[in-house]
Amino acid sequence: MTPPTAPRAPRLNETTRLWLSRAVFFALFLAVWEALFRLHLWPDYIFPAPSEVLAALGRGFSNGTFWIGILGSMRRLVQGYIIALAIGLSLGVLMAEWRWFKNTFGLLALGLQTLPSISWLPLALLWFGLNERAILFVIVMGAVLSIAQATEDGIRNTAPIYMRAARNLGARGWRLYLLVVLPSALPSIVTGMKLGWSFAWRSLMAGELLYTLPGLGNLLSMGRELNDMSQVIAVMLVIIALGVIGDQLLFGIVERRIRERWGLAPRKSTRGG
Amino acid sequence: MGLNIQNATKTFQTRGGPVTALDRINLSIRDGELVCLIGPSGCGKSTLLNMLAGLEFPSQGQALSDGQEITGADPSRVLIFQEAALFPWLTVQDNVEFGLTMRGAPQAERAATARRLLEMVHLEQFSQAWVHELSGGMRQRVALARALAVAPAVLLLDEPFAALDALTRDRLHTELQDIWQQTGTTIVFVTHNVREAVVLGDRVIVMSARPGRIVAEHRIDLTRPRQIENVETTRLAQRILADLQLEPSTGQRG
Repeated sequence: MTPPTAPRAPRLNETTRLWLSRAVFFALFLAVWEALFRLHLWPDYIFPAPSEVLAALGRGFSNGTFWIGILGSMRRLVQGYIIALAIGLSLGVLMAEWRWFKNTFGLLALGLQTLPSISWLPLALLWFGLNERAILFVIVMGAVLSIAQATEDGIRNTAPIYMRAARNLGARGWRLYLLVVLPSALPSIVTGMKLGWSFAWRSLMAGELLYTLPGLGNLLSMGRELNDMSQVIAVMLVIIALGVIGDQLLFGIVERRIRERWGLAPRKSTRGG
Repeated sequence: MGLNIQNATKTFQTRGGPVTALDRINLSIRDGELVCLIGPSGCGKSTLLNMLAGLEFPSQGQALSDGQEITGADPSRVLIFQEAALFPWLTVQDNVEFGLTMRGAPQAERAATARRLLEMVHLEQFSQAWVHELSGGMRQRVALARALAVAPAVLLLDEPFAALDALTRDRLHTELQDIWQQTGTTIVFVTHNVREAVVLGDRVIVMSARPGRIVAEHRIDLTRPRQIENVETTRLAQRILADLQLEPSTGQRG
């Protein structure tokens, strides 16, 4: 995302200016693309026109292949993500509450977190064979540690004053945990969930590219095999759109709402990589 | 509920060695009394309050409530902090109900109590608001309502109005005195504002900084409700201020 430009001459409304400059940028981008296509510097199947990409998009959606791909990928993503969420939250709570676990497993997690999750694929293929479960495993490994980390951070950073106030009002045990510690950790947990979703999404795409299952990654490889560059770019656009919807819209809005309600400063956008 | 501090000393271990926050404090507070503790930063008045709340314990000596040693936090003695410490994930009403929820009170009773107390602090129309939508003064009033919901025998207030503007503070002084007269709660009010202490207290206890000791005690016999801009108030405040200034204040931290 482009950061908002610094205010200069306040003639136009700030948001109008922002969107105007964005519209101009994308119009220019498309114009340059079309111009390059018309110069025919590269063969058409390597460098298609924007209109051909648009046509491929329309084709993909009207003949249903894109819908099948999206559905397949999303089902896998949601499955893997739910598993990652359950494991990640539990590990996070364990790390926050059990020092021994933090000191031992925490170190392992720190090491594993540097491992790009697609590196798990060969291992997963040997363990689970060439099937859905191997991909699910990769998705889970991609998302689980960032969720665990953020959960632990959130719980550890529960403001002491909330704890004192709650204990003083008679909160004890699991109620204190469920009604004070976890809600207080929620902004951090949601940030971790967002990050986990990004990682899961990237892991899924990488996994799907590497072998054939109905999904967006598979549509990409198919486009390459058919030498159909407009399909490749069209699928990439779909992937970008889904990423934006997930990261920025779904999680972005929830995260912003929560941070606002908790009285926290808006966070600089946390992008997974 | 009467409170007693008997010969209490509190020592903290710091990197620079042990620091004595409180030195042999003796203090007794009668049931239903409104006592103000005043002193410079670092005189241990917050530590003393935490001790009465059961959130900290004396290194030596004893803290007692109704003759029983205080062994931990208990909703019969509720502490109110300088920042309201309301839970931002709950609405105003759910915040006020929190202590009753912990106690397992039925929903109808919780709602009725919350409504009564929010009316008492003049925030009934904000019951469904979120904490971040309230001003500082409103938050403190919600904190007061949340504390009163558990019908505590003792209210402990740790500079609750220090971060508020003068106008809001004066209004809250009046509200607090009204509440005190209606409920008969024992109140211990910590402040570093002499006039505030004189306006509110039956007694004003003056403490010295590091180690924290009680150096003077003033009985305030002015009729209530008291005004902060009043000749009598000002005269008494001057006398207490003189006590405070006799004490060489060395500490910087609170």
